[in-house]
Amino acid sequence: MPGNDLVIRAEGLSKRFGELLAVDQLNLSVRRAEVFGFLGPNGCGKSTTIRMLCGLLLPSAGRIEVLGSQIPRDAEALKRRIGYMTQKFSLYEDLSISENLEFLAAIQGLDRRQARLRIDELLQRYWLGDRRKQLAGTLSGGQKQRLALAGAVLHKPDLLLLDEPTSAVDPQSRREFWDSLFELADAGTTLLVSTHYMDEAERCTRLGILDRGRLVADGSPSELMANLPGHPLLVECHQPRLAQQALQSLSGVLALTQVGNALRVLMASTAGEPTEQIAAHLKTAGISARITAAAANLEDVFVSVTQRPLHATQPTADHPA
Amino acid sequence: MNLRRLTAIVLKELRQLRRDRLTFAMIIGIPTLQLVLFGYAINMDVRNLDAAVLDQSNTARSRELVAAMGASQVLNLRYSLSSPAQLQELLRQGRISLALVLPRDFERRLEQADRPALQIVVDGSDQVVQSAARQLAAFPLPGRARSDVNSIEVLNLYNPQRLAPINTVPGLIGVILTMTMVMFTAIALVRERERGNMEMLITTPMSPWELTLGKVLPFVAIGLLQASLVLLLGKLLFAVPLRGSLGELYMAILVFICASLALGVLVSTLARSQFQAMQMAFFTFLPQILLSGFMFPFAGMPKLAQWLAELLPLTHFLRLVRGIMLRGANLSELWPALAALLLFTLLALSLAVTRVRKRLD
Repeated sequence: MPGNDLVIRAEGLSKRFGELLAVDQLNLSVRRAEVFGFLGPNGCGKSTTIRMLCGLLLPSAGRIEVLGSQIPRDAEALKRRIGYMTQKFSLYEDLSISENLEFLAAIQGLDRRQARLRIDELLQRYWLGDRRKQLAGTLSGGQKQRLALAGAVLHKPDLLLLDEPTSAVDPQSRREFWDSLFELADAGTTLLVSTHYMDEAERCTRLGILDRGRLVADGSPSELMANLPGHPLLVECHQPRLAQQALQSLSGVLALTQVGNALRVLMASTAGEPTEQIAAHLKTAGISARITAAAANLEDVFVSVTQRPLHATQPTADHPA
Repeated sequence: MNLRRLTAIVLKELRQLRRDRLTFAMIIGIPTLQLVLFGYAINMDVRNLDAAVLDQSNTARSRELVAAMGASQVLNLRYSLSSPAQLQELLRQGRISLALVLPRDFERRLEQADRPALQIVVDGSDQVVQSAARQLAAFPLPGRARSDVNSIEVLNLYNPQRLAPINTVPGLIGVILTMTMVMFTAIALVRERERGNMEMLITTPMSPWELTLGKVLPFVAIGLLQASLVLLLGKLLFAVPLRGSLGELYMAILVFICASLALGVLVSTLARSQFQAMQMAFFTFLPQILLSGFMFPFAGMPKLAQWLAELLPLTHFLRLVRGIMLRGANLSELWPALAALLLFTLLALSLAVTRVRKRLD
């Protein structure tokens, strides 16, 4: 039965904070062992949705079914089967690695012998074995993430929710961290990960794009790129900066990015013949150019479905890569 | 309530406490510092008030009286004056707290006893000095007719030498417990929320009451430790007696610790940050210090303040601890105070229950 394969099913999910509608009529379905990515800028409702899915916040409207149980009704019983990794490091900085994990193991109801075996196994798997006595507060960003992951999977949850797990981690650690996530998915864990990094989004088996509390696109990254509602084009000319200025006035242009000596243009799918339009527009500006089709990427998908760039709305200073 | 979870929380709290050097130092430092401060420095018993003498009669008997009063140790006779103007100047400048004025006809007044033979001029801006003056007014004057009427005997039960520490130390146990129990528990409970640990803990099977109890239990032990420290230091430094039973004293202390912890838990459910928790704890701390009868005599307060004081746990604990330690009373004789503390604990916890929720919103 395909219905049994759904780990998360949310219908008409909304959350209102006073005047602000943080999540708006969201429908979501996530299948077993999927790595489902939530892509969107800060403040688009990713964290709020994840918090509702694990019972931290009460939805204002809508139905949630997680692992076959209703939330919030069965939230307490579900807690044994869900793992949650918070955006901010939420273990104790003044406890050592093993003290943190021992505490969590007791809280999760593992008996002492089980706990010892499981902790040893996780410390081994997440390369923390030689630091067990080190205080969590003195670990690097990547080490903290691995410790938090170990804490979140200690009780072998069926579903793991991760809220921007790599926002404070360097690119190398981010890649390693994602390798760990795939290991978990291979073992049958379902993962829901929010992110605003394109390279991470591209690795998900499925992707939901969130914009102002609404799910505006849903599919595998390759599907989304294949069905891109727009045309990415490469404009090669001698004065790419002049071309950029000229094209800003052309309607149907969604994004302009200078890439080396070329200009990458994303045209909306509503524009009739994008190549001709650009050529004509540049010609009136006195610029001759060679226009070719470019390969679509997820950023194009994001810009096309939200009609605005991902990174303009997201202050990168807060999240150094 | 799961015992394995509870012990894990207690263990975690103790580990965190061990690493939090400042809190740890405060737990030991506050009782020691306060005991020494209140015991030695803050002495409500007035001694060595700076004073001046304006002896206008200058007879053998007047000189005798001045010497006798100087020997009482209440006064420190620093100035011998020759004019009332000098006296006023010294008082105004705050260089003396009071002055003795012996009029020219001092001898005649002594013999005829129709008018006061001695005038005490007091700096009325200081309450403590006023009470000292009243004390001096009972001083027997040599050779005054019907002087036996004047000589008032002050019978001071329980503290015949009028030693301040004996009154202060039992109350100090209450003050220190109020301060540390309420503030530290409130802060410890809010810390989890402020640092974001709560977001992670909520998604585990742990119940909020396991967390609260697990975090509060170490403080029961800390409270007993602090009380013992004050008792021990009070005995060693000031020879404060224990006239009642030690077991009953600890029982009273334990009940009071519970009341203060309940108040701390309640404060923690209202505060959003550690800073707010500290402010609120302080807000509950001040009226307790001022109204409980620790600083000022309970009987001297206006009715409204007395009613308010009845709502504060420290008021009732002071009755218990003074009764047991100084008057040798039994707990059964002091049951209203004990019942009040238990009732307070119950009420504070019930109020807290309505506010504890296992969600973020």
